[in-house]
Amino acid sequence: MTKIAMNVNGKAVSREVPDNTLLVEYIREHLRLTGTHVGCDTSQCGACVVHVDGKAMKSCTMLAAAAEGATVTTVEGLAASKDELHPMQIAFKDNHGLQCGFCTPGMIMSATDMVERYQAEGKELTEEAIRHELEGNICRCTGYHNIVKSIQDGASKMTNA
Amino acid sequence: MSEGIGARVLRKEDKRFLLGKGRYTDDIVEPNQAYAAFVRSPHAHATIKSIDSAAASAMEGVEGVLTGPELVADGIGNIICGWGVTSKDGTPMNMGAWSALATEKVRYVGDAVAIVVADSPAAAKLAAEAVVVDYDVLPVVVNSVDALEAGAPEIHENAPGNLIFDWEIGNQEPTEAALASAEHIVELDIVNNRLAPNPMEPRAAIATFNEAEDHYTLYTTSQNPHVARLVLSAFYNVAPEHKLRVIAPDVGGGFGSKIYIYPEEIACLWASMKTNRSVKWTSDRTEAFLTDAHGRDHVTTAKMGFDKNHKIVGLRVNTKANLGAYMSLFSSATPTYLYATLLSGQYNIENVYADVQGVYTNTVPVDAYRGAGRPEASYVMERMMETAARQLGVDPAELRAKNFVKEFPHQTPVIMAYDSGDFKANQDQAMKAADYKGFEKRRKEAAKRGKLRGIGFSNYIEACGIAPSAAVGSLGAGVGLWESAEVRVNPVGTIEILTGSHSHGQGHETTFAQLVSERLDLPTDNIQIVHGDTDKVQFGMGTYGSRSGAVGMSAISKALDKVEAKVKKIGAHVLEASEDDIVIEGGAVKVKGTDKQMLWHEVGLAAYTAHNIPEGMEPGLKESAFYDPSNFTFPAGCYICEVEVDPETGTTDIVQFVASDDFGTIINPMIVEGQVHGGLAQGIGQAMLEGVVYDDDGQQLSASYMDYTMPRADDLPMYKVMHQSTECPGNPLGMKGCGEAGAIGSPPAVINAITDAIGNNNLAMPATPSAVWAALQEVSAKTAAE
Amino acid sequence: MYTTKYHKASDAANAASLLSGAQDGKILAGGQTLVPTMKQRLAAPSDLVDISGIDALRGITVTARKKLGVLKAKDGATITIGAATTHAEVAGNADLAKACPVICGLAGEIGDPAVRHRGTIGGSVANNDPAADYPAALMALGATITTNQRSISADDFFTGLFATALNDGEIITEISFQAPAEGGYGKFPSPASRYAMVGVFAAKSIDGDVRVAVTGAGDDGVFRHAGLEAALASNWSADAVSGVDVSADGLMSDIHGNAAYRANLIGVMAKKAVSA
Repeated sequence: MTKIAMNVNGKAVSREVPDNTLLVEYIREHLRLTGTHVGCDTSQCGACVVHVDGKAMKSCTMLAAAAEGATVTTVEGLAASKDELHPMQIAFKDNHGLQCGFCTPGMIMSATDMVERYQAEGKELTEEAIRHELEGNICRCTGYHNIVKSIQDGASKMTNA
Repeated sequence: MSEGIGARVLRKEDKRFLLGKGRYTDDIVEPNQAYAAFVRSPHAHATIKSIDSAAASAMEGVEGVLTGPELVADGIGNIICGWGVTSKDGTPMNMGAWSALATEKVRYVGDAVAIVVADSPAAAKLAAEAVVVDYDVLPVVVNSVDALEAGAPEIHENAPGNLIFDWEIGNQEPTEAALASAEHIVELDIVNNRLAPNPMEPRAAIATFNEAEDHYTLYTTSQNPHVARLVLSAFYNVAPEHKLRVIAPDVGGGFGSKIYIYPEEIACLWASMKTNRSVKWTSDRTEAFLTDAHGRDHVTTAKMGFDKNHKIVGLRVNTKANLGAYMSLFSSATPTYLYATLLSGQYNIENVYADVQGVYTNTVPVDAYRGAGRPEASYVMERMMETAARQLGVDPAELRAKNFVKEFPHQTPVIMAYDSGDFKANQDQAMKAADYKGFEKRRKEAAKRGKLRGIGFSNYIEACGIAPSAAVGSLGAGVGLWESAEVRVNPVGTIEILTGSHSHGQGHETTFAQLVSERLDLPTDNIQIVHGDTDKVQFGMGTYGSRSGAVGMSAISKALDKVEAKVKKIGAHVLEASEDDIVIEGGAVKVKGTDKQMLWHEVGLAAYTAHNIPEGMEPGLKESAFYDPSNFTFPAGCYICEVEVDPETGTTDIVQFVASDDFGTIINPMIVEGQVHGGLAQGIGQAMLEGVVYDDDGQQLSASYMDYTMPRADDLPMYKVMHQSTECPGNPLGMKGCGEAGAIGSPPAVINAITDAIGNNNLAMPATPSAVWAALQEVSAKTAAE
Repeated sequence: MYTTKYHKASDAANAASLLSGAQDGKILAGGQTLVPTMKQRLAAPSDLVDISGIDALRGITVTARKKLGVLKAKDGATITIGAATTHAEVAGNADLAKACPVICGLAGEIGDPAVRHRGTIGGSVANNDPAADYPAALMALGATITTNQRSISADDFFTGLFATALNDGEIITEISFQAPAEGGYGKFPSPASRYAMVGVFAAKSIDGDVRVAVTGAGDDGVFRHAGLEAALASNWSADAVSGVDVSADGLMSDIHGNAAYRANLIGVMAKKAVSA
């Protein structure tokens, strides 16, 4: 057991957990933030994506101990309030970018990460680029059509926000 | 009103998912919760000589290790198949026993042998590894053709030769005669590849036994919690129905795989009673590949005859359907009544005959997966039609159009009576959208870039809203296939709809509210949909087979009829007018042609205070209805796929996919389009990417996303989705259903396009780059030989 | 996963000492392969020594070659990449993009964005997955793998499937190589895993040596292809590749493609590599 402290969604947290605790287990089981999901065990589906120190990472493929001292944002930490959703969350709703909702948190965390990276580098986030960037996020419901549209819309909403 | 039928209303349920506040089964924690892990067979076929759980039971944090013999001793019943199929010779199907925990034999890799309950998931898994099972390994058979061979390993004693049933449909002798005298014959061997459904949320269950009340609660990832409760109590004897509450909270996709009541839920309920702990089990993805019911897996030969005018004179189909090691809940109906009944396609064919052999193998049980039988049927029909057009040297669209059913109702030789449709209208719309005329020009242009361009059609028809109950009962169904609804108008005028349908991505919380909004002219914000809890909802058959619109919403519509009737009586009484003059509009009950009205909340209040309602009327405003449809519904459409193949690598790009569907009435076009998109992705996935592969020992070689190709964003195109609808006469809303069409119609369109591009019709699904490349090598070898 | 003891190393020496003190310890860098392997219960190290936080093991330096005669300054730069440098850092490094863009492109195609944010070059090289990208690059570039004990040439380093020349307790600290005069990487990803089904890295050094390494396809892991090297040495072009008969002998067959298909892809990807 090791005491692991980090900042999650703007709050300092600390829990005594076994060394083999995954970051996703720390988030879901110990902090009880259950928006971050687990959809596979080979690091491919991306339902578990969170931001660690501002970068999208797969929380199922990272030990909680390795995030000691890090700043972590989960899907619960994205919106300013329940009535003020993040522009990407609004875009997913406006474009019907979700159906069962299970992959959605990971999709949104990957989407905001890609938009921020492309904007920082001054690159255009084309449809092709979005599809390529989504390599690590699997959705079984939407056929991706509306997820791609959501991210296009979310990117422009984030620019104008 | 803007939120009624036909409006693109944004989804009411989205907010909680977007905020990470959805509540899926694994998100729930019960007090005193323990965790289950299953001991699973590593062998595909073996007898169990002994199980030694002493070491595991003694491990730290272990609450109990429970095995099959104990389960049987406690009277837990075998897992049932809900549809009895009768063979050609009149004998009932040969069904082998399936215990939730294996007793004497294991029959597929993953078969559950014991359940371990412990304080943590890690402790449960460690202890499961410490259970020592001594097996005598037996010979294995994994595919349906081999399993029917003489001398194949026998999987169940009471299914000699592994044959579960040998079933037939249609008119055999006239079909053979028509084929014998046909001018042209088209023959094809067709394999429909085995798929793993893969909803993104893995299955999970939390079972809680309340000792004081002798009551059980089960949270489960189910598409039909009431059916689960019924089966768990009536057949598995876990608990009587009134002592068992089943809750299916937010469910992360199902696609059929969450219809069934699996060994794990049964074992968790039983283990909860045995250990007096809440028992939670969450599947991981590998376990999902090993235990979630698979789909498809047909081996088919088909023969179609044409006369000199290219009219179809007959179709003969034989299919061997791999049902896996045990018969899952609807496994017998899927390759029979949901498959062969669609083998007339969109075409007027006088003579159709099909026989289907259901076969046991040492593989995961196979059952309904998105489309369930109809994708297999449309694949047979539409591969045959495209092949015929090529062999006859005619345009594939014209050949189809020439044979279309044009008058309705139309009775096919395989039970179905098509009630409506305009197949030519869908085809015309799709061809226009796809610029079919301009294809040859595009093909030439692609050739200049070194690419092989091809185009393929699929004119599918399917059957949804499986019904009516009496009819399916006569065909062997174990349940009625109606749906129920309850409409509760609260004293303040807000409305709750309790429905037996279950939403796990389909957006019922929005579309069902839209129906109410349309009828009562109220904002959808004032309407709440309640589903997925047997303690709240009266009863229901759940969501599968694209039935929630045509059947589930029709039940709501019937209940609304009753509410409206009562509201009009109250309105007439209070407003002192004739019932005939009362109209419901603008959130009020009005007297036609006057300014007299009661606002909607005043009606609710009047009903519940009962101070001033008609004499003899019961207080309150709550009505329920059970709706049993009069016929199946028949969604149909035309899909056109256009591809470019890179001859160097065999890689296929879908450059255009057009879908023109006839779904009847559409409640919310946004949601319907989303359903089509998702169905298309699964169909394209089947055609180009997905396939469960077993080795000869019965081990899955594709049991993770490292090897099972899930469709990803860069595998798929933007789809052109459109509608051309005829109203369904069979239900009050005119709806046909849209949930499965995409998965049903798309595989043949894709394969027809690729085979057109590469000039080789010998191509099986999934048409992976290596498969396409190999097919291209066949063409080169043939060209070189000539 | 099984229980394990986690240690955060302060520097390479500390990591080595932690490792030597462990019964069955393993170095943890990005963990993008190790953690899934542990989750699948296929690995159960007693101790994990995390080197991802060691600043000295991170970063990229590009040292321009002194101008000699007609050589352009950008040719032949010496590139050193710290073992704990992530794929995203390699893909996005501006100096590297000028000196050796092919390595940026390769890193930018490993896994997915989230994996690239965490996975490291050292981890990938030490794991030597037969379908990983870096081993092909390092072999074709004639790279040197430096450890806390010695320097090893790529030719000697990669010894077979998931096998390397690393001794117990040996930790990769950096990778270095000279930017090639010409270089390209053609990758055909496996449809499911997106690892290389075939990856061909072709490089021509500033001295004119041509080396071609193939990943994803070999029964025994990454290998150099003599036929392609000979053809490209005399004529660095796709046409030269067309003349090479790539044998299927020794190539892998699996559910995604047989050896013949992989042999075909080696030719196609080699063309792509030299046309880049």
